[in-house]
Parts: sequence; C-alpha cells; structure tokens
Amino acid sequence: MERPPAAEPYAKLWSSDRLMFWVIQTLNGISFGMLLFLLAAGLSLIYGLMKILNLTHGSFYLWGGYIGLMVVHSTGSLFLAALLSSLAIALIGMLMERLLLRRLHLQELPQTLLTFGFLFIFSDLAIFIWGGNPQTMPKPAMFSQSVQLGDFFYPSYRLFIIAFGLLVAALLWWLQEGTRLGAMLRAGVDDEETARALGINVSLLFTLVFALGAFLAALGGTMGGPIMGVYPGADFEVMLLGFVVVIVGGLGSLKGALVGGLIVGLLDNFGKVFFPEFALFTIFAPMALILAVRPHGLFGQE
Amino acid sequence: MSNLAVRRMPRSSGLAALWSMGVIVLVTLPLVLSPYYVGLVVKMMVFALFAMSLDLLLGYAGMPSLGHAAYFGMAAYTTGLLALKAGSTVWFALPAGIAMAALTSIVFGLLALRTRGSYFLMITLALSQVLWGIAFGWRSLTGGDDGLPEVPRPNLSLSWSMSDNTPFYYFVLLFFVVGTVLLVRIVASPFGYVLRGIRESETRMLVLGYDVWRYKLVAFVVAAAFAGLAGCLYVYFNRFVSPDYVHVVRSAEVLLMVILGGAGTLLGPAVGAMLIVLLENLISTYTERWVTVLGIIYVLVALLAPNGIAGLIASLRKQRGGP
Amino acid sequence: MSALVVEVLSRNFGGLRALSDVSLAVEPGERRLIIGPNGAGKTTLFNILSGALTASSGKVTLFDRDITQVPAYERAKMGLARTFQVTNLFPRLTVMENLLLALQAAEQSGFCLHRRMRDNRALFAQANALLEQWNLSAISAQPAKAISYGEQRQLDLILAMATQPKVLLLDEPTAGLSAAEVVRVVGMVRGLPKEITILMIEHDMDVAFDLAERITVLHQGCVLAEGDVETIRKHPQVTEIYLGAD
Repeated sequence: MERPPAAEPYAKLWSSDRLMFWVIQTLNGISFGMLLFLLAAGLSLIYGLMKILNLTHGSFYLWGGYIGLMVVHSTGSLFLAALLSSLAIALIGMLMERLLLRRLHLQELPQTLLTFGFLFIFSDLAIFIWGGNPQTMPKPAMFSQSVQLGDFFYPSYRLFIIAFGLLVAALLWWLQEGTRLGAMLRAGVDDEETARALGINVSLLFTLVFALGAFLAALGGTMGGPIMGVYPGADFEVMLLGFVVVIVGGLGSLKGALVGGLIVGLLDNFGKVFFPEFALFTIFAPMALILAVRPHGLFGQE
Repeated sequence: MSNLAVRRMPRSSGLAALWSMGVIVLVTLPLVLSPYYVGLVVKMMVFALFAMSLDLLLGYAGMPSLGHAAYFGMAAYTTGLLALKAGSTVWFALPAGIAMAALTSIVFGLLALRTRGSYFLMITLALSQVLWGIAFGWRSLTGGDDGLPEVPRPNLSLSWSMSDNTPFYYFVLLFFVVGTVLLVRIVASPFGYVLRGIRESETRMLVLGYDVWRYKLVAFVVAAAFAGLAGCLYVYFNRFVSPDYVHVVRSAEVLLMVILGGAGTLLGPAVGAMLIVLLENLISTYTERWVTVLGIIYVLVALLAPNGIAGLIASLRKQRGGP
Repeated sequence: MSALVVEVLSRNFGGLRALSDVSLAVEPGERRLIIGPNGAGKTTLFNILSGALTASSGKVTLFDRDITQVPAYERAKMGLARTFQVTNLFPRLTVMENLLLALQAAEQSGFCLHRRMRDNRALFAQANALLEQWNLSAISAQPAKAISYGEQRQLDLILAMATQPKVLLLDEPTAGLSAAEVVRVVGMVRGLPKEITILMIEHDMDVAFDLAERITVLHQGCVLAEGDVETIRKHPQVTEIYLGAD
C-alpha cells in the first residue's frame, strides 16, 4: 500500500508538497471509502428489507477476494475475477438465505446467530484453504500505471475505484428509486403483509436482495484486492469498518452507506497516516459523536 | 394464598440443591484431579462466571450484547498491567480491574443504550472491536499482538503459593461462589424482575412508570463488573493477557455459552460455559479448526435449539405433562 | 382545573397529517369517549398523551402541568395510565409477576438488588387481593401468553389500575371480545372509582353510548364533533362518516 512521506507539521501549508500530500491522502480515503460503500450498501439493503443484520457480510468480502484471486491467477483478468467471484458469493448467499435463514423467519436473534456462525466458519476455512499469509492481487493491466495529476502521480486504479463506486451507487439508486423492483423493495420494507397482499413475491425478493448484498460485498473484496491485499482477518477488519459506516450513515439507507463510507474511509486513512498506533481512535470519536447526537445515524430510520 | 405465588417462583429449593451439590463437587475436585485438569476446571469456573454475567444482560434484560468481551479484557489488561508493571497486590489490582470494566461499560453504555435490537448488537460489537484495535495497536502499553506475559499470580502471603494450581483453584472457587450467589440474588431481586419486564415489554414498563434507560444502564454496568471479575481471574490464571481477550471471537464464545445453556436461567449459561470449555479443550487436541467448530455449533444451535439446553429440558417436561 | 387538556395538537408522519389541531378538555372524573372511523387518529392521540410519541406541535396539560415534553415514564408518576389496543403484557411472566411489576412501579423500589422479590409479602398480598377482586386467582401462576384473550384484556386493565392512576386511557378495551366478555369489561369500567378520569377509545357504538358522559368524534385527524351522547347520536355528519366508512 502506497504511503506518502511523513507529514511535516511546520512546512508551509500551501507548498506543493503539502498540497500533494493532502490530495493523495484524500483520494486514498475516498477510494477506500468506495470499497466500504460496497460493503455497507449490501448490509443496509439486507437489513432494510429483511431486518437481518448479516454478520456473514465480512466473509462475503473476504471470500470474494480469495476466489477473485484464484480467478485472476488462472485468467489474468481482474474484471472477470470480480464478476465470477461475486456471482459465486451471490450464489452462496442465495443458498444460505433459501435453505437456512428462511427457517428462522422473524426470529431476529437466531438469524443473527446463524450469520455469526457462518462468519466464523468462513473465516477459519479461509485460513485452512488459502493459508495464513497475506496475498497480493495484481492490478489490471489497464490501470497498472499511474496517472499524472498536476505535479504528481497517482495510481490510476484508485481513481478507477472511485469512479466504479460512484457508478454502482448510481445504479443502486436507480434500482431503488426508479424501478419496480425498487418500489417493491420499499413496499416490502414498510409492511410485509400488505406487500404480499399486493402480489409481491416477498420470498423471492428476500432471496434476490440477500444475493445482491452478497454480490456487492464480494465485488468490494475483489476490486479491493489490489489496494488492500487479501489476508486472513480482513473479514473482521472490513466488517468493523462497515458497521461504523452504517452506524454513522444509518442502517438501511443507501445515501447513508455512501456518505458514511466516504467519512469512514477518509477518517481511517488519515488516522493511519497521523496516528498509526491509534488509528481506531479516529474512527471511534465520530462514531461516538453520532451515537450521542443521532443514535440512528445521519440518514437512519428510527 | 401466597403459596400459589411462591410455587411460581422458580423451583428455588430444587435449584438450590443443585447449586449446593455443584459447590461440593467443585470443592472436592482438586483432590482427585491432576494439576492440568484442575486448571481446566478453573477455566470452566471463570467462563461460567463470564457467561452468567452476559446472561444477566441477554437472558434477563433482553439486551443482545455482542461485545461483552470488552469488559472481560479491559479488566484483564488493567489487573495484568498493575500486577506486572506496578507490582500491585491482588487486593488493589483485582478491584481496579473490575472498576475499569465498569467504567468502560458506562462509556459504552451511554453510547449504545439509546438503541435497541440490531443497532444495539452492532454498536456493542463495533465498540468492542475498537477496544481490540487499541489493545492491538498500543504496543508500548499492551504489548500489542504479543500481549503481556509473566503476569504474577496473587501473592496472599499464605503458606501455599498461588503459583500451584490447587491453591489458586480455591482462590478462584471462592470468587466463583461469591459471584454466583450475588448474581442469583440480583436475579431474584426486584431489580431482576424489572429487567425481565423490560425484556418482555419495554413499552409497558415505560407506561407503568419505570425509567427503562436507567435500569438498562445499571444492568449493563453490573454485567460488565462481573465479566470484569472473570477477566481478572483469567489473567491471573493464564499469567498472560493478549488482544484475544477482547476479540470478537471471545465475545462470540461467551454468547454461545449463554445461548447453548439457555438464556435467562443463569444455571444454563454456567453449564453451557463448562461444556464449551471442555469441548474446546477436546477439539483443540485434534485440530486447529476450533473456530470452525464454534461456527458450526452456532449454526446448529440457531437452527435447532435457540432456547438452549434449558429450553430443550423445559419442552421435554412440557411434553410429559409436567408443570 | 381540568384533568387533561389538549391544545391545538398536531402530529405529522412525513407527509401524512395524522392529527390536525386537535383540542379537547376533560374534567376530573369525566367519562370521555373518543370515537371515529379507522385512521381517524385516535391511537395516535393516545400515544401522544401517554408519551409514546411526541407531538409535532401543540400542548398537553395534566392537572395544569404541561407534560408535552415529559417522558412517558414520568407521566405515570404523575397519575397517568393506559391500556393497549394490541395486547401488551409481559408474555412469558406469570399473571402474578405481571401484577407485581405493576404494583412495584408505584412503590418505586425497583432499584433494589439485594432483597428477594418473593420476600415482599405486602406486595404479594396486594397482588392477591387484586386477583381475588377480579376473579383471576385461578390463573395467577400461568404465563400471560397462555391465558385466554378475554383474560388478557382484563389483566391489561388491572395492570393499568394497579398504579392507582388519576387519569386512565383505555384503548379499545372491548376489541375482539365475545358479547359476554364485553358485558364483563363494561361492568369493570363502570365499576371504576368515580374520582378517576377516563378517556376511552371505542369502536363499539353501543358500548360507547352506554359508558360515555361526553363524546369527542375524530375524523381524519380533526375533531369533527363533541358533545353529550344525545347530541352526537343525532349529529348528521357523525352518522355519515360511520355509514360511509364502516
């Protein structure tokens, strides 16, 4: 992971070096924030519709990365890897929902326990299958070079991630607001019985949304591979940040996932740069602030 | 008249007999077990205490906390650091550990308690992971990933050294019995009933005039204090503390102990804890995949027995036409 | 001094105006019925009165004290109690335990961690007395979720009364009951002490006209009419909204 030269507190604020530092770090934070958005969006979608807090989400991210890695090693294409791994994880998610979660319909705690259990199974199996060493994922050839921005160079892949994240955000927004599926989603959220009465196939909707959430998480895991690497423990780390994102942004809100993702991404990045030992404090402080002022997040529902 | 009511209070005479038998067994065990197994029973007692503390929160108050290890670990680190670096005696280090656990729970509680259900679950998890991150990252204080080794056992100036497992066993047993008696007392108290009421219907409790938020906070702190006690005992036992004490896996283990034993029964989680400790000990001799097994048990319990062993026993009794 | 005064109360849910400028005043000891078709805002009004919801605008006064911002649990201490339209008991606790919790609330001894609940003989005596008074002693050891629906509604009412309120909000106490059970509940309500002020939401017109001293009619969040039984019975608009809606 690229690191800038250490911050010099007494350098002139607007010197070219200083500016470069801030721009680079901000872009780093935003690009990381986009990965968090992918994770949080899935989490929010699933919770918003099904009222399930999917703790397996971190596993979807991790396994998305590992499966993507395997595909990249055999085909050389990151984009193909992203697609295939996300589909694979979506399938796993679908099976999980259809076969297991469904049986615990409306039992919030057992559902959470189930997803919790899978988190551990997947986490440990990943170590078993792929070993305990961190692995790197190569960037796609198209984006392996740096781009010149003014005086300095910046990895084009990270810029691509930012654009990609915005694209996915736009797509999800369109899905939620502009399509029948989205209307069904919102109807399903408000009242399941009424939705069923209106002829909406709620059970199919549940499965699709869960699969979509898993898809997004895995997408994040694969696309994030070249930036973050693929390593054991990433599931817990990313999931923690994902939680902070929905705590800050509001669980169940797409807007919250994006805004929260950006905030947490920036804070996490700057935290690691300025206080490497206490990076989590920079996350903790705004989280505590939100909890004190708006316990359900910036855009959360009561 | 009040016979009817007393009969409905949990068959206390039966349970008391059970607990007494348990204590007698525990007192005599070190005489028959090897030091290794004595240590294992110490571990079982520590986690039984830990699990019962979470049961107060989850089983009685209906507050699903996924980050209970935060207080366990906070106390362990405090006591460990004081004993190791400041040479504190157990008379200071132990209460200090519990106090730090309680303090942490006040801070976390203030943040988390305005939410319920999934939000609460998520926030408690996130807060405990933040603590883990601090324990992991603050190498100069906590030793980071390596932890703090060589924490000395309590020095009670007795003729038996606490470094031997057997005297230490009785040290822990004492706290275990006292802790359990206190918890049983609390659960049977008016406060305990208020918690049950909150679990069953918060809105009703509010309308009746109970300041639900305040009761939850007190429950949170009391539960954290007992978890802290368990943490202090554990760090003395292991002579070691590491970020594992506050990791989400630790929170998951204790939560499973509660669920497996049967939330809301105190005895159930104690038994659940002992079972899980035994199981982990057994499984770990054959494979490194304990975490996978933990996950599988989670899935099975969630699907098949969400009310735990106590729940299974209760439904069996009902089937046979019992009370 | 009025027992309960509502001034220009409004409540919005997003774009929906559930209550618009509702005002009413209830005198001490009065039996006031709140009627109106579904969606008129009756339960929203009760939720604001009991503190479960906050008003978007307006004021609520209890015995001349402004309680608009007062949290729900404090209103209970000021003498307000309510029952619930949808069963809201402590399902897994026994009938006795349900009662004990209600009675203990009045005593405010909840923060006691060291005494044993079952040692409080006085509390048990009170609970047993109430059970005997309402003929529910037989089911005292049953979990609340296991007793019959009619018994649950009775328990609902007893819990509300256990806190010895000055103002009682009854939210559709006869909902879902058989004819015989309705008679029993009406008897219970009629037998309540005259000093207690009672506001009652009711769907059953016969019950409403039977128990009411004054009636407030809500329609689409506004007060449509208010008056004694005869006035409301003959009110043309009231019959219209009911014939139309029901």
